Amino acid sequence: MGFPAVLALEDGRCFHGQGAGARGEASGEVVFNTGLTGYQEIFTDPSYSGQIVVLTYPHIGNYGTNQDDSESARPHIEGLIAREFCQIASNWRSSRSAEEFLASRGIPVLSDIDTRALVRHIRRHGSLRGVISSIETDERKLVEKARALPSMAGLDLASGVSTKERYSWTAGPPGCLPSSLPQAGPEDSFHVVAFDFGIKRNILRQLAAIGASVTVVPCSTSAEDTLALKPDGVFVSNGPGDPEPLAAPAAEIRKLAGRVPIFGICLGLQLLGQALGGKTYKLKFGHHGCNHPVINLLTKKVEITSQNHGFALDPDTLDPSSVELTHINLNDRTVEGFRSRKDPLFCVQYHPEAAPGPHDSRYLFEEFRDLMRDFS
Amino acid sequence: MPKRTDIQKIMIVGSGPIVIGQACEFDYSGTQACKALRDEGYETVLVNSNPATIMTDPELAERTYIEPLTTGYLRSIIERERPQALLSTVGGQTGLNASVALAEAGVLDEFGVELIGANLEAIRCAEDRQAFKAAMIEIGLEVPRSRLVSSINDGLDFAREVGYPVVLRPSFTLGGTGGGLAYNTAEMESLLRRGLELSPVHEVLVEESVLGWKEFEMEVMRDLADNAIIICSIENFDMMGVHTGDSITVAPAQTLTDREYQLMRDASLACLRKIGVDTGGSNVQFCIHPDTGRMLIIEMNPRVSRSSALASKATGFPIAKIAAKLAVGLRLDEIPNDITRKTPASFEPSIDYVVVKVPKWQFEKFPGTEPVLGVQMKSIGEVMAIGSTFKHALWKAIRSLETGRKSGSDVFVPDLIPKRLITPNPDRLNYIRFALSQGVSVTEISEMTGIDRWFLSQLETVVDYQQALAGKSLDTVSPAQLRQAKRFGLSDNRLARLWDETETAVRNRRKELSIRAAFKRVDTCAAEFESFTPYLYSVYEEECEALPTDGRKVMILGSGPNRIGQGIEFDYCCCHASYALQHLGCESIMVNCNPETVSTDYDTSDRLYFEPLTLENVLNICDTERPDGVIVQFGGQTPLTLSVPLKAHGVPIIGTDPESIDLAEDRDRFGRLLRQLDIPQPLGSTATTAEGALETAKAIGYPVLVRPSYVLGGRAMVIAYDAATVESYMRDAVVYSQDRPILIDRFLENAIEVDVDALCDGKDVLIGGIMEHIEEAGVHSGDSSCVVPPQTIPPGILKTIEQYTVRLAKALSVVGLMNVQYAIHRGKVYVIEVNPRASRTVPYVSKATGVPLAKIAVNLMMGRKLADLGYRGGVLEALETCVKSPVFPFNKFIGVDPLLGPEMRSTGEVMGIGSSFGEAFAKAQLSAGQMLPETGAVFLSVNSRQISEGIEMGRKFTEFGFQIHATRGTANSLRAAGLECRTVMKVNEGRPNVLDLIADRKIDLIVNTPAGPYAFEDEKKIRSAAIQQGIPSMTTLNAARAAVNGIAARHAEGPRVRALQDMHLPKPSLFA
Repeated sequence: MGFPAVLALEDGRCFHGQGAGARGEASGEVVFNTGLTGYQEIFTDPSYSGQIVVLTYPHIGNYGTNQDDSESARPHIEGLIAREFCQIASNWRSSRSAEEFLASRGIPVLSDIDTRALVRHIRRHGSLRGVISSIETDERKLVEKARALPSMAGLDLASGVSTKERYSWTAGPPGCLPSSLPQAGPEDSFHVVAFDFGIKRNILRQLAAIGASVTVVPCSTSAEDTLALKPDGVFVSNGPGDPEPLAAPAAEIRKLAGRVPIFGICLGLQLLGQALGGKTYKLKFGHHGCNHPVINLLTKKVEITSQNHGFALDPDTLDPSSVELTHINLNDRTVEGFRSRKDPLFCVQYHPEAAPGPHDSRYLFEEFRDLMRDFS
Repeated sequence: MPKRTDIQKIMIVGSGPIVIGQACEFDYSGTQACKALRDEGYETVLVNSNPATIMTDPELAERTYIEPLTTGYLRSIIERERPQALLSTVGGQTGLNASVALAEAGVLDEFGVELIGANLEAIRCAEDRQAFKAAMIEIGLEVPRSRLVSSINDGLDFAREVGYPVVLRPSFTLGGTGGGLAYNTAEMESLLRRGLELSPVHEVLVEESVLGWKEFEMEVMRDLADNAIIICSIENFDMMGVHTGDSITVAPAQTLTDREYQLMRDASLACLRKIGVDTGGSNVQFCIHPDTGRMLIIEMNPRVSRSSALASKATGFPIAKIAAKLAVGLRLDEIPNDITRKTPASFEPSIDYVVVKVPKWQFEKFPGTEPVLGVQMKSIGEVMAIGSTFKHALWKAIRSLETGRKSGSDVFVPDLIPKRLITPNPDRLNYIRFALSQGVSVTEISEMTGIDRWFLSQLETVVDYQQALAGKSLDTVSPAQLRQAKRFGLSDNRLARLWDETETAVRNRRKELSIRAAFKRVDTCAAEFESFTPYLYSVYEEECEALPTDGRKVMILGSGPNRIGQGIEFDYCCCHASYALQHLGCESIMVNCNPETVSTDYDTSDRLYFEPLTLENVLNICDTERPDGVIVQFGGQTPLTLSVPLKAHGVPIIGTDPESIDLAEDRDRFGRLLRQLDIPQPLGSTATTAEGALETAKAIGYPVLVRPSYVLGGRAMVIAYDAATVESYMRDAVVYSQDRPILIDRFLENAIEVDVDALCDGKDVLIGGIMEHIEEAGVHSGDSSCVVPPQTIPPGILKTIEQYTVRLAKALSVVGLMNVQYAIHRGKVYVIEVNPRASRTVPYVSKATGVPLAKIAVNLMMGRKLADLGYRGGVLEALETCVKSPVFPFNKFIGVDPLLGPEMRSTGEVMGIGSSFGEAFAKAQLSAGQMLPETGAVFLSVNSRQISEGIEMGRKFTEFGFQIHATRGTANSLRAAGLECRTVMKVNEGRPNVLDLIADRKIDLIVNTPAGPYAFEDEKKIRSAAIQQGIPSMTTLNAARAAVNGIAARHAEGPRVRALQDMHLPKPSLFA
């Protein structure tokens, strides 16, 4: 058995359970993810930086962690909350237990609480700031700490996780059914510059699959420097935090519109939206999971999508004469994708690269490929 | 895409009788499909031969036919009803096969009927092993490697390539004869040599074995616009080699990373698209090598299946209902999710709990067969449990099984551990727990069983915890420890045994400590959206989401897992109870743990608790709901056993008082009551020792019927003609007697048995039906064909039966339903047994009379009187002649003597409706899979006491143009009467004998009445051979007479069909 630990929320509600991973304290916005698999990808997704993640599936850690499934170099979640955090790992690819994986980076885990009650609480009250602790037992003090945390709205977290140095990426995705991968033609060879706001490796792998060699650049890279790299296409990545403080990068991206094909994912959509004059707003508790139905308005086909965002783009702030909505979330009708009517520019709010999640939307990478083919 | 308007009338074919591998799940899917299509404004025509189903309720479809599912009868129905479409995918393999047969016979083309759900090509490609493999390889999926070889050397080469063991399947041999598994070169050589010899084309398919691989299933749906989703993944606890129906299964998959899960998802969708299942649900099976992760696709079912019923209950996503809507052209995103209301059905359910299914076996019913599990399914039923973790769910599932064994009372032998772990068997889970408690490591157990370490380590945690708790007592255990025990799923009962306390003491202590069950909702979305459907399961967590209402409410206790003697009939009654309560404006609350059923559809009752039917779990629900009444008489023996303890805990039982139930089951008290009422009973007494039993039997006089005092489906009954049988029975029966005495009764040989279902409001009595059994008394009532109205019983005797029934119902103050079994012996009526509860014949009688007995019973329990409902007593009239026939699983238990006796062994039943007894019987036989021949060859062997009847029968067969084969004695008598026949040798006389005729299928019908208790070994062999060859075999004179009538009816007319709606009188409005 572990040691006692507690979660304290800004509204005063506390949950007592068992600690695992690192002893200590962690704080952040508490959000829940409803995916049944993919905890290693979630731990390492830079978009979770600043957040404590509650996983709704009760058993976490079953299959351990392995060499291939990390979405970045290290875990980014601030803390993990699970109903049961498993000590033993059983999978032929597993090289390390989930507990060691998190503990080695000092990330604390709270388990054995009524996670469903917590999720329902967040559903009713919206995402809340919270503190997990296995060193402080005074609920009042912890609640105070939670209240003292900065609000997610207005927070620039992307700059913190973006790469400091430019690097290149050419590796494709391992272990997939070939038919579920975006395909490259024999002639396809592109150079893509990817703006890193917290980019997931699987995006890079998918770009590689369509025949791109990718140069990942810091999110503060200017349009000029970008064009100097002679890209066939520009990719704007996912990332944590509020898009609003990222006005400077959005302005640079705006300069690129029309000069090079652009594809954006998640935060990338929000920034492209801002670049085209749109506004974003904070969702009550965001979309975090692998089962969100999104309809492609152009084909009327439904995609089951992987999602991870706390902010959304307000469609009423977009100019319909320059922007066309292409994807809508069928659960709550929020914006999931748009394209420019005049420039080779499109983006989606969800994660077509999945990891974790279904592969229904990989065609978007092929659309990016086609856009680059046509533009050159 | 809007729904189709070019079709208005849709036919649905059900799955027929309950058999192993095809149970209530297809009542659930068919019922959902009917409701869904009706909601969409379509007219439905429903055909099924099984009267115990909800789907054959006349209210559910516009037109309902209880008819044989053969091309001939289905054609007649299509001709009459002219549906534009046939939905083939909700009636199991039977429904699918029947639909394919109709298409192949040209019937669908003839009447312009379109196959919807899955098209013919898709069905063929999915069902044909070779075509399926080829299709999968084409889309880049791996299948088990195989090679068709015609020489020993080729075979050995291939085996060397893929490694042993390998599977051998000789081409074109009947029923897979000559197939097998080779573990080494020597074995391979000999098996292959034999296989090549046996194969008429001298070819054997050698296939890589996947024994011991991890097994997974995916439930997939697709609409006409090619939107495709996964509803649920299922991981098998047992490895490949155990049929998935016999495996413990867990939802969702536990040991796959997202990468592996998505690979499987991609493969499932690709498979569905390749096979061409346009709309609806399918099930795709995979296996994964535990060390390398190599994934193979094994098979797919292009239809709704047992797993989809499980997946529907596990996730709250109603697969069959949605499949029906997709079949008429709706898109997934056009159908709302019932539970969240706001979101569409085009999503993949997320769950925040764990679901475990555990099968229920009944090998003890089939002595002579080894309790070993393999690739052929053997389980009779299953339970599902929902828990906050795997541990919690598994322990809940174990106690849902109602093994009758008290926890902790099992005897395990350490020496048997390796044997019980290595060879899959029904007791393996128990032995794993035992092995863990003996200190055998998870690694060792995993090696022996092939079961994943993750599952085993979960078991280990609980076993260890339990052992640690054993050192405590109820006084010394800390609140935190007690809470942990409950969170692991340990029952109060188990804890009580650990500490030598009563269950109530544990319950009271934990309530003192505020350790109470809370209830969570199954909501398809892991709480992301609000749930509007109270579909609940218990947990030991902080927050309770039950939100009980303040209204008037009644709780119905269901019947738990299907088993022989307690099956779908009781689910039918429970569902009807729920409908009747809702009609009375009362909230209905259902409690059950069987995932196959209609009762566990969240749509059936106002509130559903998916919980084990144990005292603890039911009391927990009562504490939360505070129902105004609890109904225990509809779920068979399961809730009845709970009635007295529930009452003792202050739970308001409505209907017949538990005291009366107890009285009817207490032999001495009941005997006194019968004497008071002046109703005869066969001589009988009780015994608690072997010596006592022998003395009693001697005093009563042989033959005697020996059985335990609490009876379920005649379990462990025997007819003893001598002391030796009694003695051996007393040795074996103790396991089942559970401290209750053994009952010994005079057995009335050659009596006619009668079943009566009656309703009583405490004062007036209405008899639903008097059912005459076609087999003689001594054959369990559930195994006997029976008929309403009675065919051979004189009016005076019927009157006596009616009077006795009224007297009994009043004396027991029955409020609701009652079932009485009588035997008529030499003109005298004896009471055999009274059950003051719904019986398994209630749905059959309800459909034969058009009067919903169960619904009336609920009205009576709710305080109304028969007179208020427009009934004055007397006996209801059957609208036609209706025969109910049982269906047996003997083909799954090779080597078991299929002779009928007092031990019930049928799994299901069918009904034949006719204007004559012969027509009804012939239809019932046909539906039960026994095609009565119109002509051909009959084997006749009648014992000497019955020879005059045998001659009469011979005369009839000759008239029908049958050639008669008879054993010497019978043949001599026939010839003496001037009838032509051939003499055939008995088995022990030499060859060729009757077995050779059967094996060559030179016989079309067998009439073989055994000569008393000392049956020859060859009679057993004849019956076994007949079962294997599917030749109808009559083992009693009554049945043989019925067969003759049936054949006569077939000669007289072609298939005639009638819809229930045309038979039934308009019902009183209160049952609308």
